[in-house]
Amino acid sequence: MLEHLDLTMVNWARAQFALTAMYHWLFVPLTLGLSLLLAFFETLYFKTGNAAWKRITKFWMALFAINFAIGVATGIILEFEFGTNWSNYSWMVGDIFGAPLAIEGIFAFFLEATFFSVMFFGWDRLSKGMHLFSTWMVALGSNLSAVWILVANGWMQHPVGMAFNPDRARFEMQDFWAVAGSPVAISKFTHATSSSFQLAAFFVIGVSSWFLLKGRHMEMAKKSIIVAAVLGLLSSGFVAFTGDEAAHTTARVQPMKLAAMENLYTGRAGAGLVALGVPNPEKRPGDNRDAFLFKVEIPFLLSFLANRDPRSFVPGINDLVYGNPDRQLLATGKKIEKGQIAIASLKEYKKARANNDRTRSAAALSNFENYKNFLGYGYLKNPEEAVPPVVLVFYAFRIMVALGTLFPLIFAAFLFFSYKDTIARQKWLLALGIFSIFLAFVASEAGWVVAEVGRQPWAIQDLLPVSVARSNLTAATVQTTFFLFLTLFTVLLIAEVRIMLNQIKQGPEAE
Amino acid sequence: MFTALQLSQLQQLWWAIISVVGALFIFLTFVQGGQTLLVTEAQNNMERRAIANSLGRKWELTFTTLVLFGGALFAAFPLFYATSFGGAYWLWIAILFTFILQAVSYEFRGKPGNLLGTRTYDRFLFINGSVGLFLIGVAIGTFFTGADFSLNEFNAVTWQHPLRGLEAILDLFNVTLGLFLVFLARMLGAMYLVNNIDFIHPDLLGLNDRLRRSAFKSLLLALPFLLYVLASWAVMTGYAVEQAHGRIVLEEGKYLHNLLAMPANLVLLGFGFVLVLLAVIITRRTQSSRGIWLGGFGSILMALAIFFTAGFNNTAFYPSRFDLQSSLTIANASSSRYTLTVMSYVALAVPIVLAYIAYFWHRMDAKKISAEEIIRGESAREMY
Repeated sequence: MLEHLDLTMVNWARAQFALTAMYHWLFVPLTLGLSLLLAFFETLYFKTGNAAWKRITKFWMALFAINFAIGVATGIILEFEFGTNWSNYSWMVGDIFGAPLAIEGIFAFFLEATFFSVMFFGWDRLSKGMHLFSTWMVALGSNLSAVWILVANGWMQHPVGMAFNPDRARFEMQDFWAVAGSPVAISKFTHATSSSFQLAAFFVIGVSSWFLLKGRHMEMAKKSIIVAAVLGLLSSGFVAFTGDEAAHTTARVQPMKLAAMENLYTGRAGAGLVALGVPNPEKRPGDNRDAFLFKVEIPFLLSFLANRDPRSFVPGINDLVYGNPDRQLLATGKKIEKGQIAIASLKEYKKARANNDRTRSAAALSNFENYKNFLGYGYLKNPEEAVPPVVLVFYAFRIMVALGTLFPLIFAAFLFFSYKDTIARQKWLLALGIFSIFLAFVASEAGWVVAEVGRQPWAIQDLLPVSVARSNLTAATVQTTFFLFLTLFTVLLIAEVRIMLNQIKQGPEAE
Repeated sequence: MFTALQLSQLQQLWWAIISVVGALFIFLTFVQGGQTLLVTEAQNNMERRAIANSLGRKWELTFTTLVLFGGALFAAFPLFYATSFGGAYWLWIAILFTFILQAVSYEFRGKPGNLLGTRTYDRFLFINGSVGLFLIGVAIGTFFTGADFSLNEFNAVTWQHPLRGLEAILDLFNVTLGLFLVFLARMLGAMYLVNNIDFIHPDLLGLNDRLRRSAFKSLLLALPFLLYVLASWAVMTGYAVEQAHGRIVLEEGKYLHNLLAMPANLVLLGFGFVLVLLAVIITRRTQSSRGIWLGGFGSILMALAIFFTAGFNNTAFYPSRFDLQSSLTIANASSSRYTLTVMSYVALAVPIVLAYIAYFWHRMDAKKISAEEIIRGESAREMY
């Protein structure tokens, strides 16, 4: 399809997408969770009529606005980057992928855009009830946008509800509800939003902890901590549940990603989960080196998490790359051969169609139909290319899970000491509360590293590798925009953090 | 309801929907126009703050409409999305860049610790309102003048010009259309601000009159550009689709033919222009502040005529000068019948969205923005 593959360009385009996505994700989870907390705070004001809750609402709202602005700025790039840097992707799957993006615009972005300014400047223009409604609409809009973009992402992880149209050489949607209701999409959405609620809860707890340590705005800080810790603790349950579900789904639809998450090269029945371990950086698929320099394993747990059966077989990287006839696993090399046949027959079909040669086009089409499920593999250079960067995915997964296990304990501690009303004296916990903001961001970004790096080399799992999804650009072009965005986003991030810190130091409005 | 429609009917419907979203965007660029007025017309800090706060409550609607314009093109005409964004790379990156600058500027401009200073953020707003909108006009211009690309048998785009989209600035028609949009936006911006700001404050008194005069000046500056665009349409060669085989052929006076073949379009254009003209004259000659509604409606009608002329009546809406047969039409660039049908049901929500926007717009703007509100109001601390 693209005769002069330029891998350097692909890697720069990947780097640019990673850069913009990771910057964007610094702001989005805070928007998702904080919009919900604002709605809670204002509901408490509405119910009790206590002006303290209004001051609390307005204080967090000011921080929300600063964060929201830069989230919007980084978000527009992501939408258009699909077109600019991944134009073949946009054409080949636009028939399916464009829909959730447009729906996101209609249903979610306009809610946010309309009610954002109403929420900020409508206090003296609307009734209390109408204002509360607006705040809830901002929360709804933010979280609805997460639904649709994660439907889109879920589809990239596990493409469903579509078929390949050889005449147009693209994938076309066959079943919208299969795309929108895909289990992978739902598990993505629930996991990403509930972990975002945790992050926002830590943001509120961390800033409030700082106030308590400084002995300022004690009343507001304590009240904020209670609401945030309740949300955080409830979300933690969801995060664990949906995370477990995500691993289970991954085992089914992306076994290679799961193998990379576990640094598992040789599959086995009754596989254990590596709780702690140092992967061998020298290890390559097919060699005889040990996969780990050191590891501590919990027996049977991986098999149980993956297949809900402690004795079940979990395939390793080598099983997936080189095949395992006992387990009916086809070698990637064989898939590549079949994929190459699919590509060749598609070309043959297009040529025969252009020449109006019906016999040849029918034969080519029927040949293509037999091999079309392997189309994407036909573009891989060698079987090992199907393996994502294992060590990075392994560590990112462990960081995410370890922090995810720690978080509910911190929330519980904050709730416990709030209940005892001694929270202001727990200096160590308050310090940990501030540090938790950073930890929450690390966990959140690590989650995306697992999801996206673990999907490599695929843009669309098994169907479209990133090397084909790209635009026809030179590496230098993409490199230039990479550094442009890096500079701009970094400057804006510094400005954002400084403004935030200034606002926090100012504290809430005087009583 | 939509399931009964043929693919070709759905394609027409979706070009109409895209045109409506695009036309609403053109109306909403009063925000961009206002951003340039913030720099060129405001003479003191209170004037700048009044303008920033007035626009600051609307900019996200414009921004979101642009995002939806992109999203709707992606969903309905993915081949355009892939060809133009991946091909005219630098043109789109430049446009996007100015919108990143815009997105932070309102929130950051007045806040302590903002690193770059208020004036820098105001310049960002100016850049978005001038360069950003100009380039959007240039990009829309390429719907008529074409671009240099070719598509292979798998529809993968190869751009044939080293400037990767920026070469569109070298075409006089594109430049003229871009400049027309910039001055149209300044007219709309001035009329919106006149409507939205309460000038009863010593520091704001002069602004009212200055904005009214500025709207008129922008009209005078916009007219030659509009005339050039119309005159070009009358004579320029366009890219027609031969109905029999779907081949693209050059047709002299194609866009004039389009206007004549679709008289409704001619009416939209003429009536829209008269409304804009009237709006500006009323704003200049009387103390009425309703010009924005008249002018806004007029600009929507004119923009509709532009998009309709580009895509309907068997016209290639994204022509390739390099390889005629690579040109995009609403027939060859569209999504499948299934997807267009699904998206048509989704589009039924658009009137509801417009309704709640209109309702809350009305509720919020029933009381004009005053110096009092900015200095001492309930949300004084959040003001821009």
